[in-house]
Parts: sequence; C-alpha cells; structure tokens
Amino acid sequence: MNKPPSTSSAMLHATLQQTGPIPLAAEIACRQGELLALVGPSGSGKSTVLRSIAGLYAPQHGRIVCNGETWLDTAAGLQLSTARRRIGMVFQNYALFPHLGALENILEGMDDPTTPDARKRAQALLRKVHLDGLAARRPAQLSGGQQQRVAVARALARDPHVLLLDEPFSAVDRATREKLYVELAELRRDLKMPVILVTHDLDEAAMLADRMTILSRGRTLQTGSPLVVRRRPVSAEVARLIGLKNLFTGEVIAHQASSGHTLIGWHGQRLKVRLQPDFTPGTGINWTLPAADVLLMPLDHDSRDPLDNPLSGRIVKIVALGETVHIQVQANATGDARLSLNVSHHIARRYALAEGQQLTLRLRGEHIHLMPADDNPRKVTVRAR
Amino acid sequence: MDWLALLLSFKLAALTMLVLLPCGLWAGRALAWRRFRGKYLVEAALALPLVLPPTVLGFYLLVAMGGASPVGQWYQSLFSHPLAFSFEGLLIASLIFNLPFAIQPMQRAFESIAPEVREAAMCCGMSRWRQFTRIELPLAWPGVVSALVLTFAHTLGEFGVVLMVGGSIPGETRTIAISIYDRTQAFDTTAAGLMSAVLLMISLLSISLSYRLMRRIEPYPA
Repeated sequence: MNKPPSTSSAMLHATLQQTGPIPLAAEIACRQGELLALVGPSGSGKSTVLRSIAGLYAPQHGRIVCNGETWLDTAAGLQLSTARRRIGMVFQNYALFPHLGALENILEGMDDPTTPDARKRAQALLRKVHLDGLAARRPAQLSGGQQQRVAVARALARDPHVLLLDEPFSAVDRATREKLYVELAELRRDLKMPVILVTHDLDEAAMLADRMTILSRGRTLQTGSPLVVRRRPVSAEVARLIGLKNLFTGEVIAHQASSGHTLIGWHGQRLKVRLQPDFTPGTGINWTLPAADVLLMPLDHDSRDPLDNPLSGRIVKIVALGETVHIQVQANATGDARLSLNVSHHIARRYALAEGQQLTLRLRGEHIHLMPADDNPRKVTVRAR
Repeated sequence: MDWLALLLSFKLAALTMLVLLPCGLWAGRALAWRRFRGKYLVEAALALPLVLPPTVLGFYLLVAMGGASPVGQWYQSLFSHPLAFSFEGLLIASLIFNLPFAIQPMQRAFESIAPEVREAAMCCGMSRWRQFTRIELPLAWPGVVSALVLTFAHTLGEFGVVLMVGGSIPGETRTIAISIYDRTQAFDTTAAGLMSAVLLMISLLSISLSYRLMRRIEPYPA
C-alpha cells in the first residue's frame, strides 16, 4: 500500500533541479486522495518545492505534471502561470483577502463567482468547514482557526487538481491546532485530489500523512510511510533529521541467514540485529534503534527474544520531561556512546533510577536498523527527466 | 473674484487628475512590486519636482516647448499655434510637476498589500484584470484617492511653473494663483484676499482628506 506511485499513475509528479540561489534536487509524487507531507528543517527547500508546484517560483530545471497536464517543462520551454494551474493553496498566514467577508473570500476562489450556483456552493463549503453564520465576517474579525478554515474552503472552491498546504497549522495555538488536525483528517475523506502538506513538524506529518518525503538542503532524501521512514531511515542524515537519538557507527561482521540475523560489531561488542544482507561483511555502517526499543532488563525477563542484546552501562543523565523520563546510559564497553531510552515516572520510581547507577539494558535487535556509513553514502538519486 | 481664472484652474486640475490616474496606477504598481536595475534613479527622477525650484522646471519646459525645439515645431506644424503659452502646454507642465504627488501615494498603497495576498489571488485562478479590480484596487483605494486629491490641490496652487510656461492669458493660461498675483500687484487686495481664502479652504480640505485616507493604509509588514 505504501509503495511509491509510479510516474504514470501519479496524479502529481514533480522533478526540480537547480544549483542556486536555493539548491534543488527534488522529486515528489502524490496520488489521488493521498496526503504527502514534505518534511524538513527551515531552509530545506520544502516551501520552495510547494511554491514551484503552484507556479509562484520558477526553478531553473524541472518538470511538473498534474492530472495528465504539464504545468512546467523547462526542457520544452513550457511554464504555465499560477492562475492557469488548477491548484488550491493554503498559505502559512492564510493570506485571506482582508477587505472581503468569509463567504466572499470563498467566492473569489471560484471560476465564476457571480452565478447563483457559485454562491450556493460557497455556502456549502462554509458549512463544511463549520463556519455557517460567519459568512459576513471579515478576516480581522475571525480567530486564527476560523481564518484557517476559510482559507481551506477558499482553496477547495475551484475543485483543484491538487491541494497545497504550506505550514497551515503553524499560526495557531496548540489547542486550536489539535482541533484543526481532526477537521483536516475528516475533510480528507471527501477529497479526491492529491494533497501536499509542508511542515517542519515530524509528529504532525506522521499524524496526518499517508506518506512523507524528507527534505534537506533542497534534496528529497527519502519518501515512505511515516512508520517506515521513522523505523528505517535510508541514511544517517535522514535519521538525524527526524531526530533519532540512538544513532551509532559500527561494522558488519557476518550474516547468519539460517538464524535470521546479522551480526554487527560496536566498540568490540557484538550485536545481533534483524537480517539485512545488503551490507557486505567488513563494511562500516551506521545503525539506529528507536528509544522505545531500548528496554530495562528486569522487565519481562523471561520473554527474551533471540535477537535481544544485553548490555550493561551506567546512567549518566536523567531528565524528566512531562510524562516521561528521558534517560541516557553510557555502555561500559563502548567509549563515549550514549544510549537514550524513555520510561514512565512510575517505572523510574519503582527501579529507583538515579544518575551513576549501573544497570543492564536490552537492545531489541529486531528493531536495529542498518544504514550505509556516512563517508560512503548509498546514493540517493533524483533522476533528471 | 476672477471666476474665469478659478474655472480654468479647476479645468486644469481635473484634466491633470484624469490623465495621471491611469499613469499613476501603472507606475505606482510597477514601482511597488517590480525590481529592476536603476529603480532608485527612476524614483529619484519622479520625485525631482518636489525639490526643484518651479522656475527651473518651468524654464526647461519652456525651452522644450518653444518654437526652437523639435517638440515645439512639431506641435506648431500640427495645430498651427505654439505649444508654449497655451492651455495644452500648461497641461503638459502640470502633468509633469504633479508626477510625484500622483505616483508616490499610489506606490505606498500598493506596497502595503501583502505579497501573499497577491499570490493568493493568483492561486484562486483570477485573471490579471480581476486581480486588479477585485483585490488590488479595493485594497489600494485610499492611496489612489489621496493621490488624486493631492494632485488636484497642488495643481490649483502651482504658480512658478505656470508663470514660466503659460504666462497670464485670461481664459487660456491665467490660473487662480496667477490671478491672485496680478490682483495683488494691482493693489486689489479684496479680490486677492477672497481668492486666497478660497484656495486656502480647498487646500486645507484636500490635505486633511489625504492624511485621513493614508491612515487607512497599514504599511506592510504591519
């Protein structure tokens, strides 16, 4: 289900390249009814990609095809103006027309706003975003959340072939944001077009998106379902970008296909990990393990998985953050490398965890993911077309 | 009270306003949003009438319109009367010395429109004309009206350039400002005083309206 769409079946397919001023080497594809999140730190080029699709930015080289219609093909000298691309765009600060009421804002998004039918459809859209009764309010008289809803309704007004959302949740407070998440998720059930969401918030992307594309410095590094990207980043760079804490270097020792695991070396320690035969024994690798898969040994001691790796170390840091306690453990045999794990307050209390304390951890090898070493990155290619 | 001069001044001011409206909209919009090399030079040239002594501007215009210049000769051959010391010549001079008054408030008004709002209009699929009439103009109108009012008032009051280019031909180039000067020279202080009072009222009204309108425009970013 999460296979990337092939170029031909994709409703929206874009490849963009340029050397400057904002370097770009991006390829994205999004199917009908799919929500693709573009995730990256600020300055990663995600907004530029979105603006290129909208025709608000002209990259040096690129090709954008939506719904069988070519919007941009620099090789053929073709570039459709923004007004001629059938898009719906929600801006970060909504960019509502300040002199018009909510209903009029939606009407302006339609092709022929003067017809009675258009008015009816605009009113229906206003109801759909739960704003009936506020039709005459000007943007300045609406709350941030209400403004966002008007912006979404306006973007949908012309039945766009792609819906573009540029950080649409960043300008509202947290409580409103949570509400708007739910509303977008509900709204999406009726949306037939591809939806592209630009966000710097990985959790937001994971919550709302079917697939996400990780960007850094204008390059699309990895596309996949949020779960796959989080569990199996293609490179240490992606792992760092998505904030994985337990990221270490090591080397592949051997593959043991019969028992279904790969053996890696880490500062003289041997770890049994899920079989990943792509890596030649003897090569250096990066490996990562979700903090949730670093376990305190005494818990369900008996149900040990054959791929569990016991490891003893010393607690070097304990920080309570909200409902969880973040713990850093320095493994005894592994130099400076620190493992991060999260436990709940009552677990921390039950085991009387304290800084300096020795303990044994269990690394779940089933979830240890191997990546090429940094100095020998597996090429992430973006094909020019 | 020289009614003929007042009428002529109104006619000149109205025509100047009318011609500068589309020019100002185009130039103000272009200066607000486009970037090009030497933009500051264009802006400086357009602002020149603000600082140049009116007699200097008038002198150059007179030379340019005179019978010795190609423009003056061309005009003479077309309409068989000289451009200098005619109402048409006065109108051209008026258009030039009013450029900053027409363009600058409109430029400020267009600059105050957030770029995203213009982009949103494009994303809504609006034609350029609809973007202009439905979004840009309704948002910029205080600046546009302010520009027109300032142009009108400034034309009524201009003296130096008019004297240089137009002289004082009754019904043709004798505007109210010139008439006030003439009356004062003739020691007719009653007429001069009355006309001065009229000009004072019109100027005060228009400048107040202009200030009031410009307060509606919030500079971007606000």
